[in-house]
Amino acid sequence: MTLYLKNIFNDAGNVTQFTLRFFKELFKPPFQFREFIRQCFVVGYKTLPLISITGFIMGLVLTIQSRPTLLKFGAESWLPSMVSLSLIREIAPVVTALICAGKIASGIGAELGSMKVTEQIDAMEVSAINPYKYLVVTRILATTLMVPLLVIYADFIGIYGGYVGYNIHGSMTLFRYFSDVLEHLEFLDFFPAVIKTFFFGFFIGLIGSYKGFNASNGTASVGIAANEAVVAASLSVFIIDMMAVQLTDLFF
Amino acid sequence: MKAKPIIAISNLYKSFGKNEVLKGINLTVNDGENLVILGRSGSGKSVTIKCLVGLVQADKGKIQIFDEEVTTLNNDDLNYIRMSIGFMFQNGALYDSMSVRQNLTFTLKHHTQNLAEEEIEIKIIEALESVGLAEAIDKMPAELSGGMKKRIALARAIIIKPKIILYDEPTSGLDTITSREISELILSVQKKYKTSSIIITHDMACAKMTGNRILILKEGQINAEGTYVELEKSKDEWVHSFFI
Ligand SMILES: Nc1ncnc2c1ncn2[C@@H]1O[C@H](COP(=O)(O)OP(=O)(O)OP(=O)(O)O)[C@@H](O)[C@H]1O
Ligand SMILES: [Mg+2]
Repeated sequence: MTLYLKNIFNDAGNVTQFTLRFFKELFKPPFQFREFIRQCFVVGYKTLPLISITGFIMGLVLTIQSRPTLLKFGAESWLPSMVSLSLIREIAPVVTALICAGKIASGIGAELGSMKVTEQIDAMEVSAINPYKYLVVTRILATTLMVPLLVIYADFIGIYGGYVGYNIHGSMTLFRYFSDVLEHLEFLDFFPAVIKTFFFGFFIGLIGSYKGFNASNGTASVGIAANEAVVAASLSVFIIDMMAVQLTDLFF
Repeated sequence: MKAKPIIAISNLYKSFGKNEVLKGINLTVNDGENLVILGRSGSGKSVTIKCLVGLVQADKGKIQIFDEEVTTLNNDDLNYIRMSIGFMFQNGALYDSMSVRQNLTFTLKHHTQNLAEEEIEIKIIEALESVGLAEAIDKMPAELSGGMKKRIALARAIIIKPKIILYDEPTSGLDTITSREISELILSVQKKYKTSSIIITHDMACAKMTGNRILILKEGQINAEGTYVELEKSKDEWVHSFFI
């Protein structure tokens, strides 16, 4: 039990150090711009199809499921705005972040883990290349930037899914649907939700990199690193979400 | 008067937890010399040269490279020393997300800033030709055989024109003919670039060909030292066992 606690504190200390190092290296030139762009592309490319499908289905299903309830209250006209609100505030950010946790955090964990195991990270170090800067900083920045963009994309796809779902029983043009949505949307529905996605992205990149960078030797540890990265990143998404909701509740 | 050694390690200790790996290593590498280190698997040969470049932190002892005490250097100064060291890893450690060309370019660009594209290209071709693999330039590491990987790793080590090259088992896992080619390569690099090297190996043919001097590592200490011919004649049973 004490050993267990000791491990937790040890881990927490190491993660903190790892995070501090990110901010320290972030502002030290030279900036690895090309690797950063490449990583942004990788993040987007890997998840775009998945996010398109899930985003669409979320909007569609949510509309179909909510219609009967709203019909009971005679509030069917609220359907578009209600669905898009839940999408923008909660569902699209969390679902997108979870997909990224599954796809990106594990990918980073496995990639860096295998680089560690096959001494590629050591090889960078002896070539006087800062592996943390080249591998970790670029990846964390890429996820921090890309996850919010992917979430906004998922918002749109989700709303479109809602439109398709609405038109199974009703009939409304796409233009009217969207203007109806936008009309009921306030800045405060959108803004906090976007802010928290930056944190989702940051922690997805951070956890994936941490697990991979600190993989122990041996090929088995690559799998372990990837697996632990997914678990920890998904968990962190929920925890950040909870904190974000409480904070927004407090301040607005 | 004897010239100053390029590398001098004295009284080096390193343990991993309870596993005491190095227990007082002393060695020197002279200018232009190829020093071979022999030793059983797990005797700490790789750890020794990793301490040398600061990949592994030594517990105790002095490590001097070009008269600089490596163990107390800050990161920037350490990197400066690393710039003149080529390191060939036991399993190549090629960046497997990059092609052969990118592997070399990446290393070179970080080493020498502001090189023109043509200069880089010339240096890459030169390095690849000196390991006899110019045709592999656009291959990915996964498409290379074990021996080819080792040769590319060697090309990556020499492309920065290092003064010191550390070879970690350059011939392990290769057939005798390819091994001999690699040994010849090591010799020609020594002549061409006037490098000083440490060569870790289990391959006695390689040790015989490349080594100006041989050390044998046993239980974390240097147990025997001499030229191939001297050690071959050794009466010590344990030393002799390497030469059968
Ligand atoms: N990073 C590490 N963490 C813990 N133990 C290590 C580490 N690196 C090496 N060791 C231990 O140090 C000892 C020596 O390892 P080293 O890799 O130097 O052996 P070697 O002489 O190079 O053997 P081989 O010929 O098989 O490569 C081994 O017992 C190994 O378990
Ligand atoms: Mg070794």
